Amino acid sequence: MSAPLEVQHLTVAYGEKPAVWDVTWSAPPGLTAIVGPNGAGKSTLLKAALGLVPVLSGEVRFFGRRLDDVRNRVGYLPQRASVDWDFPATALDVVCMARYPRMRWWGVVPRAEKQAARAALEQVGMSEYADRQIGRLSGGQQQRVFLARALAQDADLVLMDEPFAAVDAATEAAIVGVLRSLAERGRHVVAVHHDLATVPEYFSSVLLLNARVFAAGPVKEAFTNRNIAATYGARLAVLDEASVGAAAVGT
Amino acid sequence: MTLQDFLMLDLPPLLAAMLAGGTCGLLGSFLVLRRESLVGDALSHAVLPGIVLGFAITGARSGLPMLAGAMVAGVAAVALIAVVQKAARLDPGAAIGAVFTTFFAIGLVLLEVTGARSVDLDLDCVLFGQLETLVWVSGREPGALFDPAALATLPRQLGLLAGVAVAVALAVAVFWRPIKLACFDPGYARAIGLPSRSIELGLALLVAAAAVAAFEAVGSILVVALLVCPAAALRLMTDRYTVQVLGGAALGAALGAAGYALAGPVPAALGLDLALNAAGVIGTLGGLVVAVAALVRPLRQDRPPAPAPA
Repeated sequence: MSAPLEVQHLTVAYGEKPAVWDVTWSAPPGLTAIVGPNGAGKSTLLKAALGLVPVLSGEVRFFGRRLDDVRNRVGYLPQRASVDWDFPATALDVVCMARYPRMRWWGVVPRAEKQAARAALEQVGMSEYADRQIGRLSGGQQQRVFLARALAQDADLVLMDEPFAAVDAATEAAIVGVLRSLAERGRHVVAVHHDLATVPEYFSSVLLLNARVFAAGPVKEAFTNRNIAATYGARLAVLDEASVGAAAVGT
Repeated sequence: MTLQDFLMLDLPPLLAAMLAGGTCGLLGSFLVLRRESLVGDALSHAVLPGIVLGFAITGARSGLPMLAGAMVAGVAAVALIAVVQKAARLDPGAAIGAVFTTFFAIGLVLLEVTGARSVDLDLDCVLFGQLETLVWVSGREPGALFDPAALATLPRQLGLLAGVAVAVALAVAVFWRPIKLACFDPGYARAIGLPSRSIELGLALLVAAAAVAAFEAVGSILVVALLVCPAAALRLMTDRYTVQVLGGAALGAALGAAGYALAGPVPAALGLDLALNAAGVIGTLGGLVVAVAALVRPLRQDRPPAPAPA
């Protein structure tokens, strides 16, 4: 079976500063964390895989196919801070957005799609807030709405950009519950994660990233103190190598 | 005021103001929701060189060449803003400001150079519109409203405005959901395969078209008032997307109607010797509506303070 997500020689740069440097990596089945220091290109890797930021070079495959061929199998949970929560929409409105590709572009949202959206809200414990304007939810509740939206896509692989960022305990528990239920149903998750302490508890595999790949594999093998130290301590060295490379590309 | 006066002198500008206000009010919500109000400002100014060239090349103030020229200028401005932003590493506000003022200035220079100014596309019209000059010569009796021959003599600006209004309304209706998602979360829209980029470009084109159509009614400066004020006021009044979008259109049309009426017909009916510039009154009313909405907002404010971004 093809890996849920596979990238080969992926390089992404903002201006002249490389953010992801020649990354070749294959996400294993199950729950995978992407870990690394701030500015290590973790979110950029997800966005590049989804075609949201231009890549300089490299290949991306989902389930062995191009994204366009399997878009309905790939879910996405963006960073909560990436949208304007004052937007005039209810929690249910936002979750329904996940089903837009299955609907006509106009008219009322079909009942079945609304039901799917409500079921997703139920899964994250947000049913009673379905009709609340999203700006009137707490940060953790907003994160759960985003999670529900990703779930409502009913995808085989969900890419999550910092799902645990700045959430309360109830939300953290809800997200962990969702991760486990996804894994039980044979779905896959690749999540950018900040909290090193919870990696072994929440995830089965890990990618240690700092612009380039430092280690990858099952948590037990790859998530070692040595690898972590190398990933977090190597920022300067990597930048040097990368900027030399970028200069070479530019000439 | 007689019915004949109304049909001949007041109906065309009233309709023009309402169509311009409704169209701009409808599109304005998307700009405000995307926090791109300045883009409306930019587009409404940047289309000027296109309008002038369309006019200069055909030598006639017919709608379509000017509309086409404006669309080209609008697209060029949007593209140039993106290029300047990238190449010069400027923040969006600076890039927009640099590009649209340049385009507008070029438009003013072209007005002089092409001799367009000497005809009837003059500076006043560019700046303030010319609602008051719209006259329906065949509008002598109510029957004319149902007489195709008489209707054909309606000012052609009305035809352009109506055409653009219908096109904008149709586009917004058909692309309702993709537009909504492109406003709320364009990255997610692209991730799930909706044509977010095309929607964004399409919206810019519609804004350019609306700006051109409304340009002759209220002038290129006050188009901004119609694009931003109704939408901004609704933004303060509702948490419902549908109310925001449709309400913006309704409020825009109402502003147009009220502004025109208060500028001339109402004072005249009251026997006052007072004729104001309609575009000026419309713009002033727009500002007032936003101010009132902002003042009333705390009364219905019951939401907790916005959570700090992560």
